[in-house]
Amino acid sequence: MAGEQSASKKPAVITVNTVWCKGCEICVAFCPKDCLEMEGGKCKVARPDDCIKCMLCELRCPDFAITVE
Amino acid sequence: MFDYLQYVRQENFPHIWCSGCGDGIVLKALIRSMDKLGLSQDETVMVSGIGCSSRTPGYVDINTLHTTHGRALAFATGVKIANPDLNVIVVTGDGDATAIGGNHFIHAARRNIDLTVLLYNNYIYGMTGGQCSPTTPRGAYASTAQHGNLEPPFNISGLAIAAGASFVARGDVYNVKKLETLIGKALQKKGFSLVEVVSPCPTAFGRRNRMARPVKMMEQLRDTVVSVEKWEKMTDEERKGKFRTGILKDIEKPEFTAEYAKLIEKMRPEE
Amino acid sequence: MSNDRPGKVRMMQGNQACAEGAIAAGCRFFAGYPITPSSEIAENLSVMLPRLGGKFIQMEDEMAAMGAIIGAALTGQKSMTATSGPGFSLKQENIGYAGMAEVPCVIVNVMRGGPSTGMPTLPAQMDVQQARWGAHGDRGVIALTAKSAQETYEQTIRAFNLAEKFMTPVILLIDEITGHTTEKVIIPDASDIEIVHRKKPDEDPENYLPYRLTDECVPILAPFGTGYRYNVTGLCHNETGFPTNDSHDIQCLIERLTRKIEMYEDDIIRNNELMLEDAEIGVFAYGSVARTAQAVVRMCREEGIKVGLLEPKVLWPFPAKAVFAMAQKVRAIVVPELNLGQMAREVSLASECRVPVHKLGRVDGRPIPPQQLVEKIREVV
Repeated sequence: MAGEQSASKKPAVITVNTVWCKGCEICVAFCPKDCLEMEGGKCKVARPDDCIKCMLCELRCPDFAITVE
Repeated sequence: MFDYLQYVRQENFPHIWCSGCGDGIVLKALIRSMDKLGLSQDETVMVSGIGCSSRTPGYVDINTLHTTHGRALAFATGVKIANPDLNVIVVTGDGDATAIGGNHFIHAARRNIDLTVLLYNNYIYGMTGGQCSPTTPRGAYASTAQHGNLEPPFNISGLAIAAGASFVARGDVYNVKKLETLIGKALQKKGFSLVEVVSPCPTAFGRRNRMARPVKMMEQLRDTVVSVEKWEKMTDEERKGKFRTGILKDIEKPEFTAEYAKLIEKMRPEE
Repeated sequence: MSNDRPGKVRMMQGNQACAEGAIAAGCRFFAGYPITPSSEIAENLSVMLPRLGGKFIQMEDEMAAMGAIIGAALTGQKSMTATSGPGFSLKQENIGYAGMAEVPCVIVNVMRGGPSTGMPTLPAQMDVQQARWGAHGDRGVIALTAKSAQETYEQTIRAFNLAEKFMTPVILLIDEITGHTTEKVIIPDASDIEIVHRKKPDEDPENYLPYRLTDECVPILAPFGTGYRYNVTGLCHNETGFPTNDSHDIQCLIERLTRKIEMYEDDIIRNNELMLEDAEIGVFAYGSVARTAQAVVRMCREEGIKVGLLEPKVLWPFPAKAVFAMAQKVRAIVVPELNLGQMAREVSLASECRVPVHKLGRVDGRPIPPQQLVEKIREVV
């Protein structure tokens, strides 16, 4: 348990594959912590420190373009 | 992070689906379910027909068979009967499975052959440019229903239940974790199992029906989906404009390839 | 078929001989839909296949039956369906798919009269052009024919062998007369029957290309489930099996689908010739009509008319060289057939206007009696 907790405290690394991203904004609209923004028609990671690793952006990305570590 | 890359054919990405199309979300839920169940990529076959959903096989690194319009279940039936050791997943759409392929759909369910069917229901013919399908809601607009659709839609899950499927569930691409669970249960079921996945088409359906933005379509899903448990407690008035998701049928009944194996055993000459 | 051992003599109708031939060829999967006059093929196989561990399924319609045999074939099984005119029409899209995706399978058409529902219980040969051009798109087609139960047995085996060798759907066209006539069939010893199996890949899965371009022009498709994961589609595809829009790849693919049959024509085509050497009148006849024609050759010879017979065993690819050779020898060609000149048209083309080609078409569901053909020949003389 302790290990898991410390792992979850590690800051999230959100990666966007901008070649695969088609800019649908689903990740941006449904991020509960408002970590993401649109820039130039693609998703941009704006506030990674606020990420709680709920994984919803990764789960709902239709383009296989976002990963959260 | 889930590593999808070990299951996809990266050379074919980015995929052909439009921005905000739900089909990629369904594919990811399927891949996670396959991974969780440890399905062998060598021993799994995906069969599809024609349409947007039916382009799914091109992206998955398993044995894949992209067939003719409406006929995925017929091809899949041949694959499964010829080699029952293979896991056979059928990916189809509302037009593919319930219009041109309607006959195969009801008969595969009646036969209760061990196929897992993911039917992406987007209420429209997306690939051909937005013509109305058997699930286009009454009054909705389509390129061939520009005055509003006059026809009542099919209830796809209801159709499968009535035809004799042993497992029927409905999911959606907003509630992705639940969708993954439903697909997992369908994959494990020995018999004809259907997961009807409500998956938005912002391009061909949304733009004609005041939901051009993918986010708008996802919000609509969020606001209209009700779990089967909650649905039971709702009045008819409360149910208006909503639809239920979850397991709609789950029974045990004789499965075709298992019954056929028994027949072969019975016919075997005594030694 | 060699005759090293005497073989077993049995009485059976053509449709049963077809089922026996399929089993002998190694067919272990049949999907069909009831249709007269072909249903006995399905009925026989529904009894025989489960006894051998094979699979039989009656599907919900003709398209489904065709789809199911393609699916089964991709798992490595030798697969077959049987039908008649209207069902053959319904199957065409998926026959085209098997041609495009290069999936070996056998389609038997026990021909009845058309158009439409036509004459369900009466013979015709009205599907010979449908066999060639019934599905949309350009590709090479192999279609065999048979005139007796014995030949139906042998040609069913050959249909499987050609399908496996050239990775293509093969059509066997018999007619209601052949399908429903009970007669003697000599079943050879299994060891005397030549059986062909499709090639297996010899490279490892990492280097495998299902539609690799080779000089042979025939792809090697690994059965599903054997570790070679690839894509099969009816869309234009490249060597990998994935869809392509590349114009060069598409041109290569479609040309190859035609070439892979054309370049092997001499191996595929087989004809019987009867008294053609000194013939003044050539008869071109196939299927049950060829039996009439055999008798007519002798009847005419007794009258002093030098008639010879060219009897193709393979209708597609069309035996153009043999027809051209005949056209150089004879004064006229007569083509009796149970349609209004579907093959006479091909004979005219192949004879390159060297000699007149006379049609004798009968489409009332009755066989052409010898006397009718004799009279036609007298008229031509």
